[in-house]
Amino acid sequence: MSEKVTSLASGHEGTLGDQVRGYVGRVKGGEMGSLPAVFGIIILTAVFQTLSPFFITKLNFANLFVQAAELTMLSSALVFVILLAEIDLAAGVTAGVAMAVFIQLIKAQGWPWIPALVVAFIVGTAIGLVIGFLVAKIGVPSFVVSLAFFLGFQGMQLVLLGEGGVYRVEVPAVLAIMNKNLPAAGGWILLVVSALASLALSIWDRRRRSSTGLVNKPFSMIVIRLVAIVIAGSFAVYYMNLNRSQGNIPIKGVPIVLPITIVVLAIGTFLLDRTRFGRHLYAVGGNPEAARRAGIKVVKIRILAFVICSFLAVISGVFHASRIGSVDGSAGHTIVLSGVAAAVVGGVSLFGGRGRLAHAAIGAVVISMIDNGLGLLQMPAGISYLVQGGVLLAAATIDALARRRNGVVSRN
Amino acid sequence: MTPPVPVVELTGIRKSFGPVEVLKGIDFSAYAGQVTALVGDNGAGKSTLIKGLAGVQPFDEGLIRFAGTQVELNSPLQASSYGIEVVYQDLALCENLDIVQNMFLGKEELKFGTLNEPAMELQATQALTRLSVRTVKSVRQKVSSLSGGQRQTVAIARSVLREAKLVILDEPTAALGVAQTEQVLNLVQRLAQQGVAVIIISHNISDVFKVANQISVMYLGQMVAHLDTKQTNYDEVIAYITGTKTQEGVK
Repeated sequence: MSEKVTSLASGHEGTLGDQVRGYVGRVKGGEMGSLPAVFGIIILTAVFQTLSPFFITKLNFANLFVQAAELTMLSSALVFVILLAEIDLAAGVTAGVAMAVFIQLIKAQGWPWIPALVVAFIVGTAIGLVIGFLVAKIGVPSFVVSLAFFLGFQGMQLVLLGEGGVYRVEVPAVLAIMNKNLPAAGGWILLVVSALASLALSIWDRRRRSSTGLVNKPFSMIVIRLVAIVIAGSFAVYYMNLNRSQGNIPIKGVPIVLPITIVVLAIGTFLLDRTRFGRHLYAVGGNPEAARRAGIKVVKIRILAFVICSFLAVISGVFHASRIGSVDGSAGHTIVLSGVAAAVVGGVSLFGGRGRLAHAAIGAVVISMIDNGLGLLQMPAGISYLVQGGVLLAAATIDALARRRNGVVSRN
Repeated sequence: MTPPVPVVELTGIRKSFGPVEVLKGIDFSAYAGQVTALVGDNGAGKSTLIKGLAGVQPFDEGLIRFAGTQVELNSPLQASSYGIEVVYQDLALCENLDIVQNMFLGKEELKFGTLNEPAMELQATQALTRLSVRTVKSVRQKVSSLSGGQRQTVAIARSVLREAKLVILDEPTAALGVAQTEQVLNLVQRLAQQGVAVIIISHNISDVFKVANQISVMYLGQMVAHLDTKQTNYDEVIAYITGTKTQEGVK
């Protein structure tokens, strides 16, 4: 370790200005990430705010987060398989079946809710295992496997719940997720903990690089990042802590779903960025043959990706049941397509190997804003689908063009 | 100059696919610090010989000695445990990952169960520096942004990182332009200077003359000549490859 490192750069060198130039260069080179989606959010906010007085209101602001959380979770689930250039069209109905099992264990069998929820997650995970096995081990294309499950599980939902069966969720803990809020102090604690965790991780990384003798990026970047988190977070927490009720009973505070979503995204991001599994997942998505030759167990990685996808999909199913307060046979049928759209709009490449969970979250906000904003403008549902379709097409086109610019297409 | 004990020594290697005998009793050696070129026309059996050394397709018969000791090569894992690394023609890099990530792919270093990025970045940088690689801008560059020659460089540097004793390069310059070919050939020589035994397969005889210490020529499943680069010439090598000349005593 004493050998001196001189000649090769690592991208960490230079001033803040150099870093910014480097970033601009990468964006020009086609590594846009979620930049188009972020612009989308700004434009959509401006447009809807001009057209509707209800768009930026305390109530709608919180509503938007709650709506986006459900889609974010499903979209994040799908990221794990989209990174492998696979697809899981059954993610929504997997959640639907798991929630049907959950509610029937409570209603018909009289189980307490916690074991029922555990079983629901086991069911979801098992479904992911079967899909993953068929795709990775047997070699059936994931599009076909998941389409078959998508069709079959719509039937399974009806079998479990009965024709037209709708069961109310009477579990306070589950209902609280989407309908209850943190106390005012809770929101601030969430912000402080998030900011400190982000800061601690950055400093820890810098220390490790320094102690190895490597160059670090300018410290000002960490400060800028922290300030951005604190300003944006403070605004959001402050705004959500105001009373947004239109009736007599006050509604205020950060919705409980928000910390849950942040924790799940943080764990998922840690898994993808900092563990061997995450690295191998990206490798298999980028070039399965190279991964195999490097000694990576490609089949195992693929199966695990489908298992994680199904597990996270069940979380989104819990969110959904909490939001509408019931479980019925049609849950999860349409949301899966929005989930794919959100991931792609956010900058996750359908060609595999490129994308992050944060992209899925940003994409989910875009899709939710379109849905929410057009709803406020009292546009018919048809228009919302048309716009969402257009946005998805635009995002997929950007993805394909970026890939071409990266010179990937010409090499295949 | 030539060390007495070859890193790898093959004696009487035979391999058949059904009734077709592809390797008909091959003798072959590669020495530490030397570049040995393996040449021959299509169908001469070069690939089969290499696949056997890589453990991908074990030989049917014959002796394999590695650093003087007799060994078996029945799986890629076994081959890599002896320090045999193959850099394939189609490179086997992940374009969505950066140089460091590719160099450590499948052999990531961990600390507290998570990826030890600084340690990997340092070692990758050192490996590239040892090979005097200056063509890449940053070790954190994505492979998708690299040229063909730079990709080849990364693939070769990866074998250095894994402390290979024998590196087999399959057509490393086939897809490269003139300047990049030059860079890769220089790299191959520096690789040998590190004390690694290098086997290079190439159809480009002028490349072979630039880089190789020995040239072994295969013709229809037989080893027809082992030549010292300094004591042979282009025409002689071509004559062996095309079968118009045969050498007594070498089989």
